[in-house]
Amino acid sequence: MKYFFCSIIILPLALLWGQTPSGDEILKKADKNMFSDSKISVSRMVIHGERGSRTIESKSWQRGTSEAFTEFLAPARDKGTKMLKLQDMLWNYSPSTDRTILISGHMLRQSMMGSDLSYEDMMEDPHLPNLYAAKKSAEEIVNGRPCWVLDLAAKKEDISYNSRRVWVDKARYVILKENLYATSGKLLKTINVREVMEVQNRWVAKFILYKDVLKDGEGTEFFIDSILLDADIPDYLFSKAALKK
Amino acid sequence: MIKFLLKGLLRDRSRSLFPVLTVATGVMLTVFLQAWINGAVSGLIQSTAHYQTGHLRVMTRAYASSVDQNPNDLALLGVDTLLASLRKNYPDLFWTPRITFGGLLDIPDEKGETKEQAPVAGMGVNLFSAGSPEWKILNIRSAIVRGELPAKPGDLLIAEELAEKLHIQPGQKVTLIGSTMYGSMAYTNFTIAGTVRFGIESMDRSAIIADLSDMQQALDMQQGAGEILGFFRDDLYHEDTADSMVHGFNARCANAAGKFSPVMETLRNQSGLSDYLDLVKELTCLMLGIFIFVMSIVLWNAGLSGSLRRYGEFGLRLAVGEDKGHIYRAMIVESFSVGIAGSIAGTAIGAACAYYLQVHGFDIGSMMKNSTMMLTDVIRARVEPLTFIIGFLPGMLATVLGSAISGIGIYKRQTSQLFKELET
Repeated sequence: MKYFFCSIIILPLALLWGQTPSGDEILKKADKNMFSDSKISVSRMVIHGERGSRTIESKSWQRGTSEAFTEFLAPARDKGTKMLKLQDMLWNYSPSTDRTILISGHMLRQSMMGSDLSYEDMMEDPHLPNLYAAKKSAEEIVNGRPCWVLDLAAKKEDISYNSRRVWVDKARYVILKENLYATSGKLLKTINVREVMEVQNRWVAKFILYKDVLKDGEGTEFFIDSILLDADIPDYLFSKAALKK
Repeated sequence: MIKFLLKGLLRDRSRSLFPVLTVATGVMLTVFLQAWINGAVSGLIQSTAHYQTGHLRVMTRAYASSVDQNPNDLALLGVDTLLASLRKNYPDLFWTPRITFGGLLDIPDEKGETKEQAPVAGMGVNLFSAGSPEWKILNIRSAIVRGELPAKPGDLLIAEELAEKLHIQPGQKVTLIGSTMYGSMAYTNFTIAGTVRFGIESMDRSAIIADLSDMQQALDMQQGAGEILGFFRDDLYHEDTADSMVHGFNARCANAAGKFSPVMETLRNQSGLSDYLDLVKELTCLMLGIFIFVMSIVLWNAGLSGSLRRYGEFGLRLAVGEDKGHIYRAMIVESFSVGIAGSIAGTAIGAACAYYLQVHGFDIGSMMKNSTMMLTDVIRARVEPLTFIIGFLPGMLATVLGSAISGIGIYKRQTSQLFKELET
């Protein structure tokens, strides 16, 4: 009889536990929600530097994880500057010099347009499940939304951040906060999603604050003004010839 | 009496030639060593001032706190106003703005694709303003190896060693990849006007020089400069004047709010030069002190042995009735004459050798391959007023002191013993 009562108590708990997804599952679901096969977006980057703020506007075309093309629209000094990512190569075209230059080596670690993002951040595979093993560590409220806290440990050695802590919205499966750490465990960058939007039945970030904690300043605000998911993008855009057009 | 003693010295070569030669050699070495060390230290100070710090440097407080990283995001803005103020308030100095920066020099092939890339350490200096002191300060005209001097905006000078490594020729187009003062990546095309060799290993490895306006444009630093350098018009560093100027300027700017307010620093207080110069000064004093001490002992011994050799002579002179004090004074005057003659000869030879090295220098380039110091490859001696005085210290004092001590024996001799000595 006592076994019967025990099973009445334990069985629902076990079922409940079984329904709670694992860290890896949460991460995969978030990844599936946030990333489409292709997208076209127009965004603004407000960079808060030591001597004031400036806004950089750009339009990006992205296909899969290995092809991306970005054209800067403003300010006037940067207008017409283009970036092309193909696999693990990144080219930059500057109209003032009419030169296409491969960004490699230590240049990849430089700040992108003076922001808190580096070119290396851009080059990294955006699909976190490919790079990290996730472990659920806690549950917290972020921006008023209940979140799972996942601790991510790198599966590979040659990636920019050895570990991350991410906060995933339980209902929308969108990442609302990220802390990025070095191998030593030192916090390098923080990413805070301040606003999300629903686009084509997916929840995506609309306003993100990036902060390189090693730099002075108030960080870089990133606004996605428009986004089109699963867009049809012509092949020629992902070629070096497109940079000079 | 002096004429009589000098005649004696000249006629007896063993009393004049050898002691004078000994004194001259010691003095020559002392003089040469002093001029050599002085030249090496002066060379370091001068090249550091010319290529890096100026005699005085004005920066923002924020820039000064991490000056080794050339943080152009923290550079001075509104440079023309500040420059006019400095020129008005401190007319005894040349004031010139500079931008120092790091970047990559990208050499394109025929299709415009990257052929070669190399890291560079660059300077944006005032090349085209009328009466710019930079041509003289950086010694640009003499440093040209190939090509021509920059004549128009967009012209670039590049270190000969770097040009050879990158296989680039004057007239060729290159792209400088740098970082604007707002952190964006900056791409600017330049034309190589000529190649230069400064004779400073750390610069000859990776230096490029462009006009200040070009660099302000390239790095998005309108009306900006990393630093304004001040140079005394005689090109010598005057520490006391520099210190008082710094105190005055910084006191006036102390109330200016924020980390972008200007601050002035002396050559000595930059790049750890103060500690280094103090160390060099102490080591120089120590080395010269030890050397002078050793030379003094050698010369003292020379004086001593010279006097002892004449023990018999003094005995005879005493025996014939010459006064002890008279002999002693004569000996001192003789050694004084030898000291003067040796010191003059030694100083003349030492200063002549030092002057030769001041003009021609000694190339230590092969020993400086990985040096990051602003030290010229050619070390030169420097002859200064002290050079002509320093040798007299061991040359005269030691000789006279040697004779004076050995001469004390004269007073201890007894007349009764003198005849015994003379008999043997």
